[in-house]
Amino acid sequence: MVKDAMSGAEIVLKALVDQGVEVIFGYPGGAVLPLYDELFKQNKIRHILVRHEQAAVHAAEGYARSTGKVGCVLVTSGPGATNAVTGLLDAMCDSVPLVCLCGQVPTHLIGNDAFQEADTTGITRPCTKHNYLVKDVAHLSRVVHEAFYVARTGRPGPVVIDLPKDVLVSKGEYVGPAKVKHKSYKPQLKGDLAAIEEAARLIAGAQRPIFYVGGGVVNSGPAACQLLTQFIHATGYPCTQTLMGLGAFPGSDAQSLGMVGMHGTYESNMAMHGCDVMICVGARFDDRVTGRLNAFSPNSTKIHIDIDPSSINKSVAVDLAIIGDVAHVIEDMVKIWKARQLRPNERAIKAWWEQIEQWRARDCLRFATGGSAIKPQYAIQRLYEKTKDRDAYITTEVGQHQMWAAQFYKFEKPLHWMTSGGLGTMGYGLPSAMGVQVAHPDSLVIDISGEASFQMNLQELSTLMQYGLPVKIFILNNQYMGMVRQWQELLHGSRYSQSYSEALPDFVKLAEAYGAVGFRVDAVDQLDGVIDAMLRSDKPVIVDCRVDPSENCFPMIPSGAAHNEMLLGPSDEAAKPVSENGMVLV
Amino acid sequence: MIIQNEEIVRRHTIAILVDNEAGVLARVIGLFSGRGYNIESLTVAEVDPREQLSRITIVTSGTPMVIEQIKAQLRRLVPVHKVSDLTVEGPSVSRELALVKVAGTGERRVESLRIADIFRARVVDSTNESFVFEIVGATEKLDAFIKLMEPLGLVDVSRTGVAAIARGANPI
Repeated sequence: MVKDAMSGAEIVLKALVDQGVEVIFGYPGGAVLPLYDELFKQNKIRHILVRHEQAAVHAAEGYARSTGKVGCVLVTSGPGATNAVTGLLDAMCDSVPLVCLCGQVPTHLIGNDAFQEADTTGITRPCTKHNYLVKDVAHLSRVVHEAFYVARTGRPGPVVIDLPKDVLVSKGEYVGPAKVKHKSYKPQLKGDLAAIEEAARLIAGAQRPIFYVGGGVVNSGPAACQLLTQFIHATGYPCTQTLMGLGAFPGSDAQSLGMVGMHGTYESNMAMHGCDVMICVGARFDDRVTGRLNAFSPNSTKIHIDIDPSSINKSVAVDLAIIGDVAHVIEDMVKIWKARQLRPNERAIKAWWEQIEQWRARDCLRFATGGSAIKPQYAIQRLYEKTKDRDAYITTEVGQHQMWAAQFYKFEKPLHWMTSGGLGTMGYGLPSAMGVQVAHPDSLVIDISGEASFQMNLQELSTLMQYGLPVKIFILNNQYMGMVRQWQELLHGSRYSQSYSEALPDFVKLAEAYGAVGFRVDAVDQLDGVIDAMLRSDKPVIVDCRVDPSENCFPMIPSGAAHNEMLLGPSDEAAKPVSENGMVLV
Repeated sequence: MIIQNEEIVRRHTIAILVDNEAGVLARVIGLFSGRGYNIESLTVAEVDPREQLSRITIVTSGTPMVIEQIKAQLRRLVPVHKVSDLTVEGPSVSRELALVKVAGTGERRVESLRIADIFRARVVDSTNESFVFEIVGATEKLDAFIKLMEPLGLVDVSRTGVAAIARGANPI
C-alpha cells in the first residue's frame, strides 16, 4: 500500500482542483460513478448536469472561449463518449482547449464487447489533439496534468482521458502539477527574430497591404489582441477578420473591413485579392476564406504568423512564415518597428484606402427594406443596436443566421463571440451559450439561432432552468434550413429537397413548458418592443422572430469562384452560373 | 522559409522517434490515411528501451508541399519526439530484408541457388523441393531478386519494409 494512498477518483478530483477547474459539464453513468461520488463529497468544483453529452462539450467550449480557460467535461463510457464526439471534433476544428474525462469499462473487460464499452481512444483519436487511456492508477495524476498542459499550450485543442472504472477505485499516490513535465510536447512561442525583422520591412514597404486576422489571435489572449490592434493602428493599414477572428480587432474601427471569405464583405475580399502584402495573423487559409485557390490573392507577398507549423503552406504557399505565439511575435515586431523607425508609405496607403473606399461604397451588406416582413438582417441590426453597450456575449448555431450575425453584429473585444466555424455544427449555440452564462452569470448572453439548428439541442432549456441561466435565444425563424435552401436555389434549380421546417413547435409554448419566457414577433414595428422585453427578463427567453422566409445571405463567393467574383445580391445570381468544378465543393 | 509549389512527386524516407506507448502507431497511420497520404513502406520497433523510444521509418511520396505538410503533421502528434526527412537531410543508408520462398526441382532449383549467390542471398531453410532465401539490401535490389525468382518457382515473399539511418557520426 502506498503512503497517503488515494482512490483514482480522488486523484482525478484533486488534479482538477490543482489545475484550476471550477466547473465541469457532464452526465453520469455506470462507469463514472466513483467520480460522481467524489464530486458529491466536495464543494470546490461545480458540476453542471446537461441533458445530452454533446451539449456538455459545447457548453465547455462556450466556457473556454469566453474565459480563455480550459473547459472540462465528464461523461460516461460507451454512448456517453460517442455522444461527445461531435463536440470534441468541433473543439478540434476551432482550437478550443478542453479536457474531456470519459468513463470506461474496467481494464479486464476492455476488448470484450462489454456493456457500454466503446473504443473511445480509437474513436476520438482523429477528433482530439491527444488522448489517453489510463490503465494504471500510478500514471493517473501525471496524465491529468499533462492533458491540461497539452490542451492549453501551442494551438489549443481537446484532450480525452479514458478512465477504466477499476482505475478510479484502486489506490495510488497523488503527484502535484509542479512535478509533471512533458517529455516531447514543447510548442515554440517566440518567433525567429530575423524573420520578424524581414516581415516588418515587408510591411513597411507595402503599397497595398492588408492584415488578415484569425482565431489564433483570440486564442493568444486579450493582450495579443490589444498589441496587434495597436500595431495595426500604428500602420494605418486595413484589417479583415475571419469568422473565428471577429473581435480580435474592433469591428467598428475605421480600419476594419469586416469579415473575409464566402460571406465576407466585398471590400475585404477585393482587398485580399488586390493586395501586394498580406499579413496573415493566426488564421489558416481555410477554404471558406480563400475561395478558388489558384485565383487566391495572386499578386501578393504573403506573411504568415502561426503557432502551428502544420498551418504553414498547407493550402496556400506563403513567402515568409513566422512560427510562434501571436503575442510574442507582435511584441517583437513592434520593438523592431520602433527601433528601425519604420514608416508606412503614406502616399501609397492613401491611394489604397481610396480604392478600398470605392469598394466600400458598393455597400455590399445592403438589403431590401420596406414592407411589414422582418428582414433577418434588420433583426440582427436592431439586436446589435440594443445590446452593443451591454458587453453582450453572442453565440450562434450554423447557417444563414450565423453569417448574418457575423456580418451585422460588430464585436469590439475578443472572447465575446462563440460560433462553430470549422466543423459547422448545428446545435452548437444553445449549449455554448449555457457554458458562457455559467462563466459570466451576470452578463447578457444571446444565442442567435435558427429554428432548425435550435431543435438539435433544445433539450438544454431544461438545464438553463435548473441552474437559473438566463440565456436569451433569438431564433430567426424562416421555416427553412436557410443555407441549404440558398444553395439549392443557386445550384439545384430551386428544388428544395428536404430543406423546409415542417411541424415546427409553438416556440412560445415550448419556452413556457420549461418555465422559461417566450415571445413571438412577425411585424417590423413590434421588433424593438420584443427585443426590449427579452432584455428586461431575468429568465431564459426564446424569441420566435418570424423573418422573411425567402431572404438569402449576400454577398457571397459562389463555390469554385475567386474573391473578385462575388455575388452582391439576388440579381447577380443568373449572370454567373456556378462552374462544374464548383458544383462538387461544399 | 520559402517553398516553391512544385508539382514534382518524389519518394521520401522519413524517420520518426516516438514514445513507445499504446496507440502511437495508430496515431501515425491514422494521420496518413485520414489525410490521404500514402505509405509505401513502414517499419517500427523499439530502439531505446531505457527511454522507451520507438523508431518508425516511413517511405512515402508527394510534392514538396505535401512532404512538408506530412512532416509538420507528424510533429504535431504529441508523443512524437523527432521527425527527420532522410531523403533531404544529407546522405543516409537504407536497407530492407526479405525472406523469399522458392519451390522447384532440377535445373530451376540450381538456377535459383546460382542467382541467390550473385545477390548474396543466404539460404535459411531448405527441403528437397524448396529454399527460403534471406536477402538484405536496397528496395530496388530486393525487387530485382524477387522478379528473377518468379519463373523459378516463387511461392511467397515476406519483406520487412525499409529501415534507414543517416550516414556519419550524428544521430537520426
